[in-house]
Amino acid sequence: MTLLSSTVDETVTAVTHAGVTDLPARPSVADTFSQSLAMAWRATKKMRRNPEQFFDVTIQPLLFTAMFAYIFGGAISGSVADYLPIIIPGILAQTALTACMATGIQLREDMDKGVFDRFKSLPIARIAPLAGPAIADLFRYGTAATLTILTGIAMGYRPGGGFLGVFAGWLLTIVAGWSLAWIFTYLGTIARSAQAVQGISMMIMFPLTFLSNAFVPADTLPGWLEAFVKVNPVSHVVTAVRDLLNDGQLTAQVGWALIGCAVVVAVFLPLSVRSYSHKM
Amino acid sequence: MTKTHDNAPAVLATGLVKTFGSGGTVTRAVDGIDLEVVRGEVFGVLGPNGAGKTTMLQMLATLLPMDGGSATIFGVDVAEHPHVVRQLVGVTGQYASVDENLTGRENLFLFGRLLGLDAKRARATGDDLLVRFGLEDAGDKRISQFSGGMRRRLDLAASLIARPPLIFLDEPTTGLDPRTRGQMWDTIRELVRQGTTVLLTTQYLDEADQLADRIAVIDRGHKVAQGTPDQLKAQVGSSTLQLRLLDPAQTAQAVDVVRRVVGSDDGEPVLTPEAGGINVPLPDANRAADVLIGLREQELLITSATVQKPTLDEVFMALTGHTTEDQSDQNQMEAVR
Repeated sequence: MTLLSSTVDETVTAVTHAGVTDLPARPSVADTFSQSLAMAWRATKKMRRNPEQFFDVTIQPLLFTAMFAYIFGGAISGSVADYLPIIIPGILAQTALTACMATGIQLREDMDKGVFDRFKSLPIARIAPLAGPAIADLFRYGTAATLTILTGIAMGYRPGGGFLGVFAGWLLTIVAGWSLAWIFTYLGTIARSAQAVQGISMMIMFPLTFLSNAFVPADTLPGWLEAFVKVNPVSHVVTAVRDLLNDGQLTAQVGWALIGCAVVVAVFLPLSVRSYSHKM
Repeated sequence: MTKTHDNAPAVLATGLVKTFGSGGTVTRAVDGIDLEVVRGEVFGVLGPNGAGKTTMLQMLATLLPMDGGSATIFGVDVAEHPHVVRQLVGVTGQYASVDENLTGRENLFLFGRLLGLDAKRARATGDDLLVRFGLEDAGDKRISQFSGGMRRRLDLAASLIARPPLIFLDEPTTGLDPRTRGQMWDTIRELVRQGTTVLLTTQYLDEADQLADRIAVIDRGHKVAQGTPDQLKAQVGSSTLQLRLLDPAQTAQAVDVVRRVVGSDDGEPVLTPEAGGINVPLPDANRAADVLIGLREQELLITSATVQKPTLDEVFMALTGHTTEDQSDQNQMEAVR
């Protein structure tokens, strides 16, 4: 595997018309980084030319925040204003997940195009074509998180965590989105079509968001469901974001959420690169 | 670890094998092909759709793992050091592999950046290549607005950014109109003048003839012949006279006349599936007149006569005894993949 073990300056000698040349056997860390940035540049160009890629991170936060707050607010918390501190972090997690689901679908679509054959034929790190879109998608997660928080504030939400708390919650949402995106990136590399990625992603995303404490307090659920909700990593992210937004506190939940994200990346990033380099 | 290979050829492949499918339906797309491409030459791989040309190229370019055999590029083992091989080979695919979402200029900039050029040099190299390939006016158009020929040229330009010593061209002109095809040939010749080694696949005998120093003919995953274009064409004659007799019953008589007039040094006359049809290999197109006079003297009437350059079909017929159409099952295999 040529993943990140690239500090070796091993070279291989080739004899061409130009004479004998020594060529690096692997891409270096610096090369890997600049190649990933070049791929990120490509992804942002693509985004700018296909603005519909932003629908899920612009319209959905506006719509879902307003809709869920007015529908469930009275029933769950007595009033919309009392529900906002619960629902805003929930919607943040939900939009982050939807946004990173799109990462996998778009990757799959992209991989079916001829240009990915060229990427594979170039002497570049195998991770670059996957890391590029992942970096560019930070914009999407950022947009989604910002719009959700702003919609909440417009509806009367006054986060108790103050500016720092809100900033930390915003940042955690983006980190969580970026980390969970590797699950969907992996799906993108193994599935046969973009539709398949979409289908599988839906089956993963819906249970993860709705069987969590994103919209309702976990203790109102039947015992067996409550047990699942409590181990669901999305619940940890939601609770952590709530602690940051509403109380401005770095609680243990924040730690658990970050550890959860790190585990997801540690498992799915190498799997994705492996599956990508073996495919096609 | 350092290895030296003093006289390593550009490509050296032995016993290449690639199988697709599993269980009862395994297809050997490439079935034990040996190949040697000398530094500085243009080597053509000729074969119909589904013969295994593209698959072979993809294995040599590290795009597909080999199921058998081994290959080196300038002495570097393909399976062992794929990253090094990728630095030595530029690949231009059968379908333009440039980014549809970007403009021509942006495509070249992206590939330049990926290949380690700084932003300034990536831009300059891109501009240079656009001029060299006559694409400077189209540089700021998106690829989706490019014509087929422009895409192929941009694709080839993108393969040249890193100035690789070896270029793989997979059917560089399939689907292009004759004028664009000629332009593409000129571009390839220019490349060769500058010392690049080229391995190209094609379905067209005349393309291999125009460009290649040596040709290998591939059929159903096997190499069936190899040689210079002249040696290959000598097996089918340099042109073919296609005759159609008025009375199919006179076919045998007509074949006798043909044998007497032109001999069979350039190949036997071949009966075509149509009644009364005969294809006569000729050493020289001018000999067609002799055949026609011979037939006239015997009062054997014809309905049509055309002189044609030999086609890939005829080379195939001569080399393998079957036509290229017999391979439809393998075409499907390649489409599925």
